[in-house]
Amino acid sequence: MASLSEEVLLVVKKVRQRKQDGTLYLMAERIAWGPEGKDRFTVSHLYADIRCQKISPDGKAKVQLQLVLHTGESTTFHFANDSSALKDRDATKELLQQLLPKFKKKANKELEEKNRMLQEDPVLFQLYKDLVVSQVISAEEFWANRLGGINNTDPAVCNNKQEVGISGAFLADIRPQTDGCNGLRYNLTADIIESIFRTYPAVKQKYSENVPHNLTEKEFWTRFFQSHYFHRDRINTGTQDIFSECAKQDEKGLKSLVIQGVKNPLVDLLSLEDKTLDEGYGICTTLPSTSNANKTVKESSNSAIIKRFNHHSAMVLAAGSRKGDAPTDQASETSSTDGNSRDSDFFQPPVKKVKLQEAIEYEDLQRENRPKTVALNLKKSDRYAHGPVPLQSQQYTTSQDIINSVNYIRHEMMNYKPNLTEVLSSTAASSAIAALSPGGVLMQAGAQQAINQMVPTEVQGELKHLYVAAGELLRHFWSCFPVNTPFLEEKVMKMKSNLERFQMTKLCPFQEKIQRQYLSTNLTGHLEEMLQTAYSKFHIWQTRRMMRKT
Amino acid sequence: MKLNIDGLLVYFPYDYIYPEQYSYMLELKRTLDAKGHGVLEMPSGTGKTISLLSLIVAYQRAFPLDVTKLIYCSRTVPEIEKVVEELRKLMEFYAKQTGESNNFLALALSSRKNLCIHPEVSSLRFGKEVDGKCHSLTASYIRAQRHVNPNQPVCRFYEEFDAVGRQVPLPAGIYNLDDLKDFGRRKGWCPYYMARYALLHANIVVYSYHYLLDPKIADLVSKELAKKSVVVFDEAHNIDNVCIDSMSVNITRRTLDRCQSNVDTLQNTIQNIKETDAAKLREEYRRLVEGLKEANVARETDVYLANPVLPDEILKEAVPGTIRTAEHFVGFLRRFLEYLKSRLRVQHVVQESAPQFLKDIFDKVCIDRKPLRFCAERLQSLLRTLEIADIADFSAVTLISNFATLVSTYSQGFTIIIEPFEDRTPTIANPVLHFSCMDPSIAIKPVFQRFQSVVITSGTLSPLDIYPRILDFRPVTMASFTMTLARTCLCPLIVGRGNDQVALSSKFETREDFAVIRNYGNLLLEMSAIVPDGIVAFFTSYVYMENIVASWYEQGILENIQRNKLIFIETPDAAETSMALEKYQEACENGRGAILLSVARGKVSEGIDFVHHFGRAVIMFGVPYVYTQSRILKARLEYLRDQFQIRENDFLTFDAMRHAAQCVGRAIRGKTDYGLMIFADKRYARADKRGKLPRWIQEHISDGSLNLTVDETVQLSKHFLRQMAQPFRQEDQLGLSLLTLEQLESEEMLQKISQIAHQT
Repeated sequence: MASLSEEVLLVVKKVRQRKQDGTLYLMAERIAWGPEGKDRFTVSHLYADIRCQKISPDGKAKVQLQLVLHTGESTTFHFANDSSALKDRDATKELLQQLLPKFKKKANKELEEKNRMLQEDPVLFQLYKDLVVSQVISAEEFWANRLGGINNTDPAVCNNKQEVGISGAFLADIRPQTDGCNGLRYNLTADIIESIFRTYPAVKQKYSENVPHNLTEKEFWTRFFQSHYFHRDRINTGTQDIFSECAKQDEKGLKSLVIQGVKNPLVDLLSLEDKTLDEGYGICTTLPSTSNANKTVKESSNSAIIKRFNHHSAMVLAAGSRKGDAPTDQASETSSTDGNSRDSDFFQPPVKKVKLQEAIEYEDLQRENRPKTVALNLKKSDRYAHGPVPLQSQQYTTSQDIINSVNYIRHEMMNYKPNLTEVLSSTAASSAIAALSPGGVLMQAGAQQAINQMVPTEVQGELKHLYVAAGELLRHFWSCFPVNTPFLEEKVMKMKSNLERFQMTKLCPFQEKIQRQYLSTNLTGHLEEMLQTAYSKFHIWQTRRMMRKT
Repeated sequence: MKLNIDGLLVYFPYDYIYPEQYSYMLELKRTLDAKGHGVLEMPSGTGKTISLLSLIVAYQRAFPLDVTKLIYCSRTVPEIEKVVEELRKLMEFYAKQTGESNNFLALALSSRKNLCIHPEVSSLRFGKEVDGKCHSLTASYIRAQRHVNPNQPVCRFYEEFDAVGRQVPLPAGIYNLDDLKDFGRRKGWCPYYMARYALLHANIVVYSYHYLLDPKIADLVSKELAKKSVVVFDEAHNIDNVCIDSMSVNITRRTLDRCQSNVDTLQNTIQNIKETDAAKLREEYRRLVEGLKEANVARETDVYLANPVLPDEILKEAVPGTIRTAEHFVGFLRRFLEYLKSRLRVQHVVQESAPQFLKDIFDKVCIDRKPLRFCAERLQSLLRTLEIADIADFSAVTLISNFATLVSTYSQGFTIIIEPFEDRTPTIANPVLHFSCMDPSIAIKPVFQRFQSVVITSGTLSPLDIYPRILDFRPVTMASFTMTLARTCLCPLIVGRGNDQVALSSKFETREDFAVIRNYGNLLLEMSAIVPDGIVAFFTSYVYMENIVASWYEQGILENIQRNKLIFIETPDAAETSMALEKYQEACENGRGAILLSVARGKVSEGIDFVHHFGRAVIMFGVPYVYTQSRILKARLEYLRDQFQIRENDFLTFDAMRHAAQCVGRAIRGKTDYGLMIFADKRYARADKRGKLPRWIQEHISDGSLNLTVDETVQLSKHFLRQMAQPFRQEDQLGLSLLTLEQLESEEMLQKISQIAHQT
C-alpha cells in the first residue's frame, strides 16, 4: 500500500490504536498507522480527509490524539511510550498543525460546500440518502451536476471568483467579553485574522516575523489587543511594543498617500483656492496653527482617532480592490510617480476634462438619443415600494350590488312557477341524486383528491421521497439526450441501469408494501409511467444506434 | 434652442429649458437694461451659469457698445474651469447655429501656480514659492542684468512673450487654464502674462474674486478693465467675508521676528549699494522728491503686491521727506517695528480704533500719520531700487508696511484687537494683533462704482435684502427663484427629538450632554442603515466634531456604523482631507457606501459638490453659528448694529442659516438628483431660523416635519428614498419642470413662469 517513493516525515513508535501497539507514520500526503510486526497499514488517512485533530488535556493519564475526518468518523491514537509520550504527541501535533492547513484549503472548500448544501436542503439530504447511501448511484455522480460551479473543477472559473471584500467593522466584531475575573476575552476567528492581515499588511508582516519564533500565536494576539495600535484613542507612548512600528508604518503609508495627492482635481482641496497671499492677511477663520505642544492630551487623542478612522477606511477600501485591479493600479502609480515632475500636465488633463464635462452636464436638458428602453410600468407604485401586501379579492361587490342581487333572486322566487309538464321522472331524479352523492358515479373525482386522508402519512412520506428520487434519476437520464458524445452514451447506459436498479430496490418493495396494506395500487402508477417512458425512450435510442452501427 | 427674452435673441445650447432659467434670464436682462446691479438667488443645479452666460453673450452681441466685457468671478479653481467649459459649449452652439465662427475671446485667469509652464518654477508646490521664483526670473532689473551678464538665468517663456507675444493679440477662442498652457507651450510664451495681457481685450474674463476685490491684486490685474463691463459674482453667498478678508491683517510675534531680519537685510543691502553704486540711491531720492512715482515705471513683473488700500484712497502726492532717503526709511521701519513689538507685549486684551492707534503711536514714538500712509508705496520703491531678487522673502516687512498704510488711511470700519493669548489656552502666550475690517462695503465699493452692472448670484442668498445692506449698494432687481419640480426630489426634515424625547440641539448648554450626543449618533446609525451610497454629515465646528467623534467611539456607535458604511472624517489638514474625500467617492462608487463627517464653514462645505450617489443624505448636526466669543466677531456685530441697524441676532442667525443651507444644498445638484436634508436641531423649527433658509428649501418643509423623532425621520426617509429610486424619465418632467420651445411660448406657461421669480 505504501509506495516506496513516499517521503516519511515522522515516525512515532509505540502508538496504540484500538488497544493494539503499532507505529505511526506521517508522510507527505497522509498519516498512517500499522500494527507492530506487520508491514501494512491498517489505518491510513489522507490529510485532505482530516477535518481536525484533537488532543487530550495535559493533565490526563492517557496521552491521546484524535483525528476527526470530514465524514465524521474519528481515529484515536494513544501514545504509549512511557518516557516520551507527551513529547511524541506534541511533535505529531505540531507537524500535523503545519501540514493540515495546506491540504485543508483544497479539500475543504468542496467538502464544506457539499456539507452545507446537504444541511441546508433537507430534500437534497433525503435524496442523498436515498440514492447515494443506498448505492443507487455513486456520490460523484450525485454531485456531478449538483455543484455547478464548485465541482466543475474548471480552474478558470474557480480563480475568477469574485473577491469578497472586508467588512468595515471587522474590528468591532471582536467584542471583548469579560471573563469574570478582571480579564477580557477576545474571540478571534480565522476570518477576522484574515481581515486584519489583509487590511493591515504591517501586522501580517509582524506576525510572520515573530510567530512562532519569538511568540506563540496566542501571545501575539494578546499583545495586539493590548497595543495602542488596536486602541486607537491611546497615544503612542513609545514603549517597545512590537506594534509601535506598525503604527509608524501606517503613518508613513498615510503620509505617502497624502503626498501622492488625489487624481480627481475637483476634490483636491489644496488647489481649490486661487489665492496666493501669505499668512497674515485676512481674518484668521481657522485657528492659528497650534503646535502639538499646546494641545491637550485629549485633543491629540481625538485627532488620533480621526486619523485612524480615515486610515482604517482607506485600508479596508484598498484591501477590497487590491487584487482586482492590480495592473491598472500599477499603471496609475507609474503615472503618479511621474506626476511630481512637470509631466503631470500631460497626464492630468484627460481625467480633469472628463470630470469637468461630467460636472457641467445637464442630462435632462438634452434630448435623449439613447436607444429606447422599455420602462417598468407600475400601476401601483405604492405597492411596489412597500413590498407584498396580502392579496385582496379584486372584484369587490358593493353592498348595493348585494342588495340588488338579493332583491333580484327574491323577485325570481316570487315569480317562480314550476313547469310541471317537463319535470324528470322520479326514478331518473333519484338516480341523478345518487350519482351526485358522495360515492356516486359522478363524485369519483373527489375521492382521489382525498389521498391524504386515505393513505397513512408514513406511506405518503415514502411516496414523496420516491418521487423526488425518481425525479432526480430521471433528470440525470433525460439530461443525457441528445446523446452526442461517447461520454453521454456511457452515461445514458449507466443511468438506465440506475433506473432499473431503482425500480427493483425501491419501487417494487414499496409496491409490495402498499399491496400488503391493501391500498389502492395506482399510487405508483404515475411513477411507473414515467419510468416506462424513459425506458421506451432508451429503447428507441438503442435500436436507432444499432441500426446506425449496422 | 433660440429664445426670445424680452425682445433679445438668445441662443441656448440645449434642447430643453427649465422654466426658472427662462425667468432668471428675464430678470437678468432687466438688470442689464437698467444698467444697474442685481441680486439673484436661484437653486443650485438649475443651470444658473449657462443661463447667465447665454444671456450676457447674447446681450454683448446685440449691444456691443453697451456691454463690452463680461467679468465672471467665481470662488474656486474648479468652478472657474467649469464656467469656461460651459462657455465653450455655448460658443460651439453659436458656431453651429450661425454657421460662422464668432470672434469672441474668452479666457480664464488664475495665479502663476496654475498657469506657469516653466519646468523648474511650476514644480514648486506652493503658490507663494512660485510667485517668488517667477519674480526672481522676470523682474526688470534681473533682465537688465542679463545684458551685462549672459549667465543670469531668466525665464525664456517670459522673454519670448515680451519680445513677440505683445504684438500679436491672442486669437479669438475660448481659453481654459489648460488651453492657455497648451498655447503657451506651443508658442513658447508665458501663459500667465499672456493671459494678463489679453485680459484687456478679451470679451469674457473668468477669474476668482480676489482679482477684483483685493486691492493689492486688483490694482495690478484689473486696473484697466473697461467701465462698460458686466461683473458677475457667482457663489456669492460669502462675498462679505471675502471683502473683509481682503482688507484685514494679522500680526504675530513670528511676523515681527521675520520682519526684523528683513529690515536688517535691507539695511545691509543699502550699505552695500552705497559703497558700490550710490548713484542709484540718489536717483531714487531725486525721483521721490519730484513725486515722480510714475517715472520709475513699474514693469508688470516688478510689483508683487500693489498698495493695499483702494485706488481712490492712494495719495497722489510726493513721498514725505522723512522717509525719502533709504536709510531714513529703514530707520522709520525700525521704529515702527519696535512700537509694534511693545504693543504685543501686553498682558490683557486691548481693543482700539484706528485713530486711537495713530494717536498712541504718535505719542510714543513720534510717527506721523502721513509717512505711515506712504509706507507701502515707499517700500515697493525701495525694494525695486535695491533690486531684491527674491521678493517672497520680504513678505513680512511687506505685511507690516501694508498694515501701516491701511491703519493710517481708514479711520472708520476697522478695529484693532491685540490678544495676548488664545482664549482656549490662557497660559500660553501667543500675542496676535488683529487689524480687521468690519465693513465689507469698503472693499466692494469701487466695484459697484466703477462697473455699470454688478450681479450677485448664488444658490443660497436668503434673506435677499441683507446683502444690499451689508454691501451698501442699491440693486435694481432682487429676485429669488424656486425650483420647479416634477417630483419633490429634496426632502428637508427637522429632527428635534431623539427616540427618548430628549431635545436635540447643539446649543452651548447641551453641547456636552451625553444624551444629545448619543441621540445624534443614533440618528447617524439609523440613517446609515437605510440610505444608499453616500451620506455627508456636517458639524458646527471642528472641535465639536472631534468631541462627538471621540464619544461616539467610546460608546461603540462608530463601530456599529462601520457595519453599514465606511467612515471618513475631515481633518484640518487639506491634503489629508482631499485623500479622505477621494476615498469617500471611491467607496460610494464601488457600492460599499460611505459616510463623510465634515465641518460647516470648512473647505468641504464650501467647495465640494456631492452629486447623485455621492450624497443621498446630508445631515446637519446643530446650527452652525459662528464662534460668538471671538472679539473680532463682536466688534463686527457692534459695527453692523451701529452703522447698518442690523441686529446682532439677526446677523448671527442669517450667517448660521446661510452656512446650513450651503451644506445641505451640496447634495442637490440638479433635477434628476435627489437627497435628504436632515436638520438635526430643534431650533431649526423656529420661524426665525426656518424663514432664513432659501425659498426653494423652505417651501418643501411641511408642518409635519418640524419636530420629528429619530424613528419618524427614518420612516419618512425610507418612504422618500423608495419613491425617488423609481426611474425618472424626461417625459415625466416635460411640461412641468422642463420645457420645449413650444411649451415655453404658450401663454399659460408664461403666466406660470412669471410666478417663479419672487420679487422682494
